[in-house]
Amino acid sequence: MYNFDVEMPGSVADAVSAMGREEAQALGGGQTLIPTLKQRLASPSVLVSLSKISEMKGVCTGEDGALCIGGATVHAAVAKDGFAGLAGLASRIGDPAVRARGTIGGSLANNDPSACYPAAALGCGATIVTNSREIAADDYFQGMFDTALEEGEIITEVRFPVPEVSRYEKFVQPASRFALVGVFVARFSEGVRVAVTGASEDGVFRWAEAEAALSQAFSENAVDGLSVPADGMISDLHGSAAYRAHLVGVMTKRAVANAA
Amino acid sequence: MPKDGGIGASSKRREDVRFLTGEGNYTDDINIRGQAHVFFLRSDVAHGALKGVDTSDAAGMPGVIRIFTGADFEAVGGMPCGWQVTDKHGQPMQEPRHPILAHEKVRHVGEPIAAVVAETLEQARDAAEAISVDIDELPAVVDMKAAVASDDVKVHDDLTSNLCYDWGFVEENKAATDAAFEKAAHVTTLELVNNRLVANPMEPRVAVGDYARGTDDHTLYTTSQNPHVIRLLMGAFVLGIPEHKLRVVAPDVGGGFGTKIFHYQEEAFVTFAAKACNRPVKWTSSRSEAFMSDAHGRDHVTKIELALDAQNNFTAVRTETFANMGAYLSTFAPSVPTWLHGTLMAGNYKTPLVYVNVKAVFTNTVPVDAYRGAGRPEATFQLERVIDKAARELNVDPVELRRQNFIREFPYATPVAVEYDTGDYDATMDKVLEISDREGFAARRAESEAKGKLRGFGINCFIEACGIAPSNLVGQLGARAGLYESATVRVNATGGLVVMTGSHSHGQGHETAFPQVVAEMIGIDESMIEVVHGDTATAPMGMGTYGSRSIAVGGSAMVRATEKIIAKAKKIASHLLEASEGDIELKDGAFSVAGTDKSVAWGDVTLAAYVPHNYPLEDIEPGLEETAFYDPSNFTYPAGAYSCEVEVDPATGEVTIERFASADDFGNVINPMIVEGQVHGGIAQGIGQALLENCAYDENGQLLSASYMDYTMPRADNLPPMDHYVVDHSCQTPCTHNPLGVKGCGEAGAIGSPPTVINAIIDALQSGGHKVDHIDMPATPSRVWSAIHG
Amino acid sequence: MRIDMVVNGKEAGGEVEGRTVLSSFLRDQLALTGCHVGCDTSQCGACVVHVDGQAVKSCTMLAAEAAGSEITTIEGMANADGSLNVIQQAFQDHHGLQCGFCTPGMVMSAAALLKENPKPSEAEVRDYLEGNICRCTGYHNIVKAIMAASGQDVVPVAAE
Repeated sequence: MYNFDVEMPGSVADAVSAMGREEAQALGGGQTLIPTLKQRLASPSVLVSLSKISEMKGVCTGEDGALCIGGATVHAAVAKDGFAGLAGLASRIGDPAVRARGTIGGSLANNDPSACYPAAALGCGATIVTNSREIAADDYFQGMFDTALEEGEIITEVRFPVPEVSRYEKFVQPASRFALVGVFVARFSEGVRVAVTGASEDGVFRWAEAEAALSQAFSENAVDGLSVPADGMISDLHGSAAYRAHLVGVMTKRAVANAA
Repeated sequence: MPKDGGIGASSKRREDVRFLTGEGNYTDDINIRGQAHVFFLRSDVAHGALKGVDTSDAAGMPGVIRIFTGADFEAVGGMPCGWQVTDKHGQPMQEPRHPILAHEKVRHVGEPIAAVVAETLEQARDAAEAISVDIDELPAVVDMKAAVASDDVKVHDDLTSNLCYDWGFVEENKAATDAAFEKAAHVTTLELVNNRLVANPMEPRVAVGDYARGTDDHTLYTTSQNPHVIRLLMGAFVLGIPEHKLRVVAPDVGGGFGTKIFHYQEEAFVTFAAKACNRPVKWTSSRSEAFMSDAHGRDHVTKIELALDAQNNFTAVRTETFANMGAYLSTFAPSVPTWLHGTLMAGNYKTPLVYVNVKAVFTNTVPVDAYRGAGRPEATFQLERVIDKAARELNVDPVELRRQNFIREFPYATPVAVEYDTGDYDATMDKVLEISDREGFAARRAESEAKGKLRGFGINCFIEACGIAPSNLVGQLGARAGLYESATVRVNATGGLVVMTGSHSHGQGHETAFPQVVAEMIGIDESMIEVVHGDTATAPMGMGTYGSRSIAVGGSAMVRATEKIIAKAKKIASHLLEASEGDIELKDGAFSVAGTDKSVAWGDVTLAAYVPHNYPLEDIEPGLEETAFYDPSNFTYPAGAYSCEVEVDPATGEVTIERFASADDFGNVINPMIVEGQVHGGIAQGIGQALLENCAYDENGQLLSASYMDYTMPRADNLPPMDHYVVDHSCQTPCTHNPLGVKGCGEAGAIGSPPTVINAIIDALQSGGHKVDHIDMPATPSRVWSAIHG
Repeated sequence: MRIDMVVNGKEAGGEVEGRTVLSSFLRDQLALTGCHVGCDTSQCGACVVHVDGQAVKSCTMLAAEAAGSEITTIEGMANADGSLNVIQQAFQDHHGLQCGFCTPGMVMSAAALLKENPKPSEAEVRDYLEGNICRCTGYHNIVKAIMAASGQDVVPVAAE
């Protein structure tokens, strides 16, 4: 790693101010960022650790019934306190030690195309709350490793509308155990949302065709005959674009079948 | 009743206490006062002309002590190759120079170009980034057949081609083999790939060089399976340091699996640099660095043909294999696809004619050498896959087709130059069928099908050759080393013993198992015996641990040395007991005179040896210390039969191992607990090869699986559940030519399991009506899915 | 910067750089070399230690972030009299280790699992070990050792 300073603010305000330093970068749980730094692929001059900010930690229910998760909340806490689909997703991110450190804010800020949380946020139509504004998930994800966050902006909270039923099905990339394809299905009274991670070169996306079909009839069969095009899907050592496109259908069906 | 000590007891491992409390002493735990750190600047291109390395900016950076480049090593030997193969025309293989640091050309991603020695590792790395390397990138050759077909891209300009050797075995059998194929009633042909693997011991390699200017003594601490071999190769062939001025220490080593046999540039570098800088110099590999600098394993592309007569007897086997050497010859690389592979192509079967052709090829990839099993997994995979395919084509039971062709008379001389001393292949087959509950398979398949899954049963036999020997034979075959093992047994005055062995333990539990043998021989408690290994300053010249040789060869040396100890102790006892030497018996740690109640305890005899007041000084010397070198007369031939049940999810191609059973014949077993642990580990690596692991390059020679993010290591949830996983070693035909009757167990699992798994997958797919007769390893979900969907 | 923490029940501290990870601090400055580093992508788990009771990968946590915490490493796991604790003893009894390199992380993960789930099923043990890689044992005897340490019956080790 290149060397850097470490700041450990105790409040969002102090964190925002620390992020004003030149070449500052926020450090969530570090489970992706620290390995990246070890490869010397990034050279921040200061890392602003968010791990000591208690106002950014915890899971609670907001006035509108949404599940509000502090940006610095670790995966293990969400696995315990999230609704079924979200808890299930959080309980399968990385491994126990990773879940003890990794945070929802860190994951969403990084927007790895194979990360799990983006599927939940987009699949639930969550709101990404930062120190300065609220961003709808539909506007937040802007492609692989790209988000609507401005420089220095910190995710302080994520608000999830609680679906009637939901489920995340993840087909793992066997080495990294990230999602080769992950599908989050959430049924709300106003309709069904389906978000897919791991598959597309553009990062997480909604599968509109499946959403429409499942909104009509929430059953596995509704997905029969639907498929996502292989164009634009990731193709690598672990699976071709066609294979990933196929898995999107399989995982969607399984998510519907297992939704709770 | 289970024994509570000695041969056959599951003695708990004494080494565990230090490992479980964090008190192991691995090479990276060694820090020498004044130590500097080295960072290697490695090539990020697979092939290129090295025009210049400008270190001027880097040299002045903070903490930099000295920067080395290829030019610094012009007067030093290159990395030696320890085995010279002779090709089918009687010509020696092509043997390129292998520099410590790249000179004039880089030939694989990861090849070291420069080495920065600095006060801290981060400073060394900072400076390495400031080195300006001028490389003219050249097209790379990665595909072996392309490398042989054309000289357009030559890995080594000074060689005539990319072909290291074209080996025919046994060349004299070729015409007869070809004729047998002409006459065959049925021929089954299979083309397959044995995937490139990375050994990945959990401890990355580390080397620390130390130098004492006052005495001109060099010391290398290194993560090695064979410190004496490193001392010999590095001292004699690379740096020109005589053995008495070079000590090599391999302390606790965190797994080897073959890849820590070889002599590596980094070892030579730190030893050289410690003197050049007059500072201890330490190198610790990162895992990412390991992927591009540890020798890889396997990587064969093979066409195998099996000829059968009208009664389904095997009449001939013919193979053509391309074996990847990588860019340079690693220490024992040439021997792996030849003498460790061709000699096993008869398998467990009485096939009268076998012809093996191997073309070893240079490519712009990391060197390839022995990895757990080394050549034998490749042989077994081809043979057992083609037999399975033949059974399917002929519509016969794969078990019965194998049985029909089993060798049943021993000793048996194969057509590929080896003689199996003993074995009972029916016994292991019977055993595996029993413990796998093959009879219950149909019901289990029906259950799987009810869930929308496919279920398959795979069976496999294998034989391996371990404890490669004897030295005078391997010398004729091209080995540039002997293959004996040594032991010194030192008895202390109060009766305790130290066994100093050239075998090295890096997970195998020698510190526990070796004393069990000596304890049994003398009749004393195991706790009185200590094993010392891993240091050329204390152990006699030995060849180390690989090829499942430790107990068969190292253990035999220890037995021979202990026999000498007992013989001498009997002489002393006869003097103390005033009896004739021939009447002295040793039992339960006491010497007695046959037919009398006169006896003297072990400890009294050992004390007399060192306090020789009442001692036959005119006949024998005082002291009780003996050394033996054991050079086996033959290989040992462990064999076995494995079975596996898989479930395949046709929707995703995912394969899960539902059941696994192994029936091994290791001959006699010293510590069953340790033996089973070795089998579990080998099978995990074999399942890893079959389902998960793949070291892949793109066409430009860039490594695609360069970390655990892309190279799939088997994890706890990839392996069969405890209730449906049996490893059995109760079928025992003791080796006829070593004193313990042991055969070696370290590699069996890795050899026997890959074809078992693939045979099971094919069985599952066929049961679903999918006309798939082969799938290359690893059978990842995406490959299985693609196979199903044509 | 100066950091202080409690390691294995004792006050410990030192000067670190921002980039110093906890595993380096433990190994290089506190000489707690039982904490092993087997990869650089936060996957192998040889470096697992407990930070305030949670199993974490010490190679993927800045030492600075551990300031003020209570750390337990493999060196702090034995009983007060130096004998092996229940988990360590089960690893020896069931041959749950070979080369020993992954072992410290395995034991630390096992301890965290059993604290959270005192009687895990086999599947739960295997799942919990997702972040701990062993190359020697094939995990079989590790899983067995952990189940035995939780007081569950397992098949004893081989005996002739």
